[in-house]
Amino acid sequence: MIENAPIRRLIAHLVLILGILVVAFPIYYTFVASTHTLQTILRPPLPLLPGKEFFANYWQALFGGIGRIGGVGVDRLLLNTTIVALAVAIGKICISILSAYAIVFFKFPFRMTAFWLIFITLMLPVEVRILPTYKVMVDLGLIDTYTGLTLPLMASATATLLFRQFFLTIPGELVEAARVDGAGPWRFFKDILLPLSRTNIAALFVILFIYGWTQYLWPLLVTNDNQMNTIVIALRKMISFADADTEWHLVMVTCVLAILPPILVVVLMQRWFVKGLVESEK
Amino acid sequence: MAEVTLKDVRKVYPGNVEAVKGISIDIPDGKLCVLVGPSGCGKSTLIRMIAGLESITSGTVSIGSKVVNQVEPADRDIAMVFQSYALYPHMSVYDNMAYGLKNRGTPKAEIDSRVKEAARILAIESFLDRKPRQLSGGQRQRVAMGRAIVRKPQVFLFDEPLSNLDAKLRGQMRIEIKKLQQTLGVTSVYVTHDQVEAMTLADVLVVMNEGRAEQIDTPIGVYERPASVFVAGFIGSPAMNLMKAKSTGQAGLDLAGGGSVKLREMSTPEAGRDILLGVRPEHMSVVTEDDADLLLDVSVIETLGADTLAHGHVAGGKPGGGELVVRLPGSTRVNVGDRLALAIQPGMAHLFDASSGRRI
Repeated sequence: MIENAPIRRLIAHLVLILGILVVAFPIYYTFVASTHTLQTILRPPLPLLPGKEFFANYWQALFGGIGRIGGVGVDRLLLNTTIVALAVAIGKICISILSAYAIVFFKFPFRMTAFWLIFITLMLPVEVRILPTYKVMVDLGLIDTYTGLTLPLMASATATLLFRQFFLTIPGELVEAARVDGAGPWRFFKDILLPLSRTNIAALFVILFIYGWTQYLWPLLVTNDNQMNTIVIALRKMISFADADTEWHLVMVTCVLAILPPILVVVLMQRWFVKGLVESEK
Repeated sequence: MAEVTLKDVRKVYPGNVEAVKGISIDIPDGKLCVLVGPSGCGKSTLIRMIAGLESITSGTVSIGSKVVNQVEPADRDIAMVFQSYALYPHMSVYDNMAYGLKNRGTPKAEIDSRVKEAARILAIESFLDRKPRQLSGGQRQRVAMGRAIVRKPQVFLFDEPLSNLDAKLRGQMRIEIKKLQQTLGVTSVYVTHDQVEAMTLADVLVVMNEGRAEQIDTPIGVYERPASVFVAGFIGSPAMNLMKAKSTGQAGLDLAGGGSVKLREMSTPEAGRDILLGVRPEHMSVVTEDDADLLLDVSVIETLGADTLAHGHVAGGKPGGGELVVRLPGSTRVNVGDRLALAIQPGMAHLFDASSGRRI
């Protein structure tokens, strides 16, 4: 819509700028706080400009260890969370693309039963089945392990349904052409289906990576050892009710560091994702 | 190279829907067989059974001398061109053509030479690196053909390959397919609902209706001696005139809609028998009233340039009965309301039994 109405355009821009300020200001303020000493933060008002402690604070948080969480450094937390988020995202994509492949392209007894069973799990997120799942993890000795952190989060009905819907739009003639061309089930999956699904995979990866990164309840339950904490859990543990006990400057550093990887994934994958969207066709 | 033989092939879908009701066809080596019919007549089901994409309920399909009922599509030594072309969207034109050969473990050098050769034949060498979406409909069609050619199969199967093209391109590709098939000499089966494609391409023409082969003949045989009312009405444009009539027994027919037609140079069925008379619009000519077989009162005229189509009803008929179209040379001047004296060209009147619809 192109029209020459300066006042309306001005108002539109003002609204947009206001929106950006509302969203961006807390993040900026977190960053500012992460560059001051604890004393500066505790003595209001907090300056609006970054302080001089940037390197000192970040160095201490990353490699010095943080007292309130047993001296574990943020580097370890970032590693843990990355492993969990990647394992959840990749695991979910692998499992759901394979199950969708089976349900859409193969005829086997109880195919629809299998589909409905997967569908029903939509009603059973981790929060609902938390006690039995926890019991299973304890019995299997998976507390404080990466397996325990990721496995229960992996099965995903949503992703399976997404892939199923996408596979259903692949024309039958394409499948038949591949059959005539001598592509068996595995070749068809590898040579045709995977390349065609790459946009869906990219989109899902972004969503699932962030889902894994921000997991709170399950990691809280299944980890006791500070070494196994994810960054979100550690952040919670760093904050005490008494202000004086909390190392606010380190909390702020951890916050900033916790935000960065998801932003990175979104920014990097988005370019790929949009490219895929533009190229996509059937 | 191989002949294709179908013996009493049947297809029954779950729910007892019989799509193909026992068809036997012999396609000699190197010939092109066209399956033509209205949608839902079972022609696509039949070609998919030859391809192996559809199981065969009973009967046998043989390629060469081998029965292939239980053979996977990839092992039948066939190549298929689909209606939607079914090109792999993420692969280049080159890879699209090479994919089938790669899966068969053909050596790289061999694949390369075959793809290049097919590209040369089809004049698509300049876009081997492009993706299908960067090609026009006609070019995609060529790539689909290329994918079939590189395989050097015993049989080509075409499932309505031209129906997604515009009319002009369709005519052009039709001629190219014919040429290509003749040069390569590969036995082919071609499905279409377009009677022009059917007539121009076929060595063997199979007209199908409701799961049955109504007639299997050469195109000209189908045109000149349609085996049934269905075939008579399906092949030819404008369609053959079909009129209900009763035989007078004496070289003539009384039309159900009123009026009468003389029959010459052919045996007349016994008197009183209910029949259908079929005459193609192009097989009648204007003569003097003495030589006329029937008289036509013209009600509508369509001037096409090369031809003039005169619609009307047989003189002496009730309004709405005995409707008839005649195709006259473009130079003929006719006016609405004229009475035309028409003679049916010798041997060009077709008689069908009214109840069975079969040719008498």
